[in-house]
Amino acid sequence: MSSVDAPKAGGTGGDDKPHVAFWNDPEKRGYLFQALLFVVVMFLFYTAADNAISNLTKQKIATGFGFWNNTAGFDIGQRLIPYETTSSYGRAFWVGLFNTLLVAGVGIVLATILGFIIGVARLSKNFLVNKLAAIYVEVIRNTPLLLQLLFWYNAVLKALPEVRDSVNMPGGFFLNNRGLFMPEPVFGANFSWVTWTLAAGLMGYFAYGRWARLRQERSGQQSPVLLVGIGLILLLPLLVYFVAGQPLSFNIPDLGRFNIRGGVQIFPEFVALLLGLVIYTAAFIAEVVRAGIQAVSKGQTEAAYALGLRPGPTLDLVVIPQAMRVIIPPLTSQYLNLTKNSSLAVAIGYPDLVQVFAGTVLNQTGQAVEVIAITMAVYLTISLVTSLVMNWYNSRKALVER
Amino acid sequence: MKKVLMSVAVGAAFVMAAGSASAQTLNQVKSRGVLQCGSNTGLAGFGQPDAQGNWTGLDVDYCRAVAAAIFNDATKVKFVPLSAKDRFTALQSGEVDVLVRNTTWTMSRDTQLGLEFGPVNYYDGQGFMVRKKLKIASAMELSGASVCTQQGTTTELNLADFFRANKLKYEVVAFASSDETIKAYDAGRCDVFTTDASGLYAERLKLTAPDDHIVLPEIISKEPLGAAWRHGDNQWGDIVKWTHYAMVTAEELGVTKANVDEMLKSTNPDVKRLLGTEGKFGEAIGLTNDWAYRIIKHVGNYGESFDKNVGAGSRLKIARGVNALWSKGGLQYAPPIR
Repeated sequence: MSSVDAPKAGGTGGDDKPHVAFWNDPEKRGYLFQALLFVVVMFLFYTAADNAISNLTKQKIATGFGFWNNTAGFDIGQRLIPYETTSSYGRAFWVGLFNTLLVAGVGIVLATILGFIIGVARLSKNFLVNKLAAIYVEVIRNTPLLLQLLFWYNAVLKALPEVRDSVNMPGGFFLNNRGLFMPEPVFGANFSWVTWTLAAGLMGYFAYGRWARLRQERSGQQSPVLLVGIGLILLLPLLVYFVAGQPLSFNIPDLGRFNIRGGVQIFPEFVALLLGLVIYTAAFIAEVVRAGIQAVSKGQTEAAYALGLRPGPTLDLVVIPQAMRVIIPPLTSQYLNLTKNSSLAVAIGYPDLVQVFAGTVLNQTGQAVEVIAITMAVYLTISLVTSLVMNWYNSRKALVER
Repeated sequence: MKKVLMSVAVGAAFVMAAGSASAQTLNQVKSRGVLQCGSNTGLAGFGQPDAQGNWTGLDVDYCRAVAAAIFNDATKVKFVPLSAKDRFTALQSGEVDVLVRNTTWTMSRDTQLGLEFGPVNYYDGQGFMVRKKLKIASAMELSGASVCTQQGTTTELNLADFFRANKLKYEVVAFASSDETIKAYDAGRCDVFTTDASGLYAERLKLTAPDDHIVLPEIISKEPLGAAWRHGDNQWGDIVKWTHYAMVTAEELGVTKANVDEMLKSTNPDVKRLLGTEGKFGEAIGLTNDWAYRIIKHVGNYGESFDKNVGAGSRLKIARGVNALWSKGGLQYAPPIR
């Protein structure tokens, strides 16, 4: 270190770095610019919000979230939680949100199952199966979802008979253009025993499955997981059900003057939306699955066969676990797409979050900024939670490098 | 840099969206050269484009009259079709200058949405339509029915009130657009279709077999349908208000599209003030003194417009009823022009 470069003001004498002004130091300059950018962005957001608020006030448009507890005054057809005309807008929000979660949740499960079946079918050596799957994927993937929804809604409605000509199915099921009516289960006092047994059975099944897997990894011996599962999850609760004196009865629907009274009703809007979302998303999932399976090198299958594994276990134990690593990330996007696409419900009258909250509530209160902001925040939260769960699952399935 | 541009864009979007209320709508309309009028997406008699894309209807005539008063040309209107749910947002954000879209004037809309409501160009009330084969004579027999309605309307609220007040059970299916609503009813999704009575007659024409349906006698609400504009622009409000009053006054005085030129020579002081041959009433609202002459010349008086679009001269054949002039037992009444 030469005496010319040495800092005069002592203290940092031991530093090897030459003293440079901070604007010449790329690192510090970086921080400065980032800080400046942050301030500018914050300022922009502040001005935008401030401007919006002052303009709204000037136009005498109500602002704030005071409307949340006001009486809604309108009705919602399908509701999972109690709701009446006299309930608040906030309550209407929850009704809409639960309807969205219901269709998205059921949709994701069904789309995954259908998608996996179609995806595997596309790889089938059977010409017919293979081509049918290919046609399915190409037709569904290349037409707009909104049109498909309208198609399903009209197809579902037109195909179903009127209330007076309901299809009367054994066991108290009715099918007509108001939906599917099912007997409503009424749980007796002792039914909680069955529930608890079922929960215990499930826990037992998972514990047994884990033990069986560890045993197989250790010794190579397989255990009858499926049989034990049936016993624990199905037979045991059934046994308790009979021992407890069959504490379950049904509220059977019954044909009234206009409509069917009692029982559980599945609305045609729900069915149409679910069908549309599942069939559309399954086409994409099928492609994801196909890509995932094809990404596993052929040598893996051949090696498994050489070890004497049959085709079933080969797919199960060798191909699918490796394919999952490729499948999960794009699968997550499909789940997010399905959830967000459920907002197209508005076109066919299914009371989801967008229809109820960003539709009727927005219009009745006139508070577009607040309502849309809440709706966006909700979709963002649902999407982030889905991503979080899927990322956690992915990290468990990812290749662990040793 | 990209980020910065993005934030500027986002910020600008916010600022733009908020708009400015005090801006003079009249000047904007004049410099644009065309009036932007929020109208129905398609309601026979009130606002509907025909096969050639020409808009016709009672509400459409109101907009044409405003354009005629400003530009002396009733075709300088751009009709913006709006769903019930989007109409107020479109007006608030400045997408349209005036909303004449069979919109009910209510206190909450008048006071909380930043809007002003003006003269009522059609006094209406909500009714129900059902299939004849149900053999129903009164709305009180509707317990357990499923009802199709359009969301974001007063209809949706009246419906809930009616069934609650009468302790009747029902199931509501709400759609975003009137077309989807009537289609679902036609497909048998609902027993009942409900909207304003005038709308029932208009929408019935869209059904596959209009004669199989009847409108029940009950009218369950008051639906004063009129024009709305943004709060805070009083000059613009005056123009919209007096356009309707001029049409009503013209009917009262017997001034029609056909005889308006002769009427210019009239010695009746009321007619002279209306047609601008006496006084400077037009200039007072920022227009020319022959503003009302232009309206009647291009569009006609209120009675003519009513007959042509919804009354005896139309497919709807709705009687004047409460929409007759006050002097004939109705509610249409214009303050004097003086």
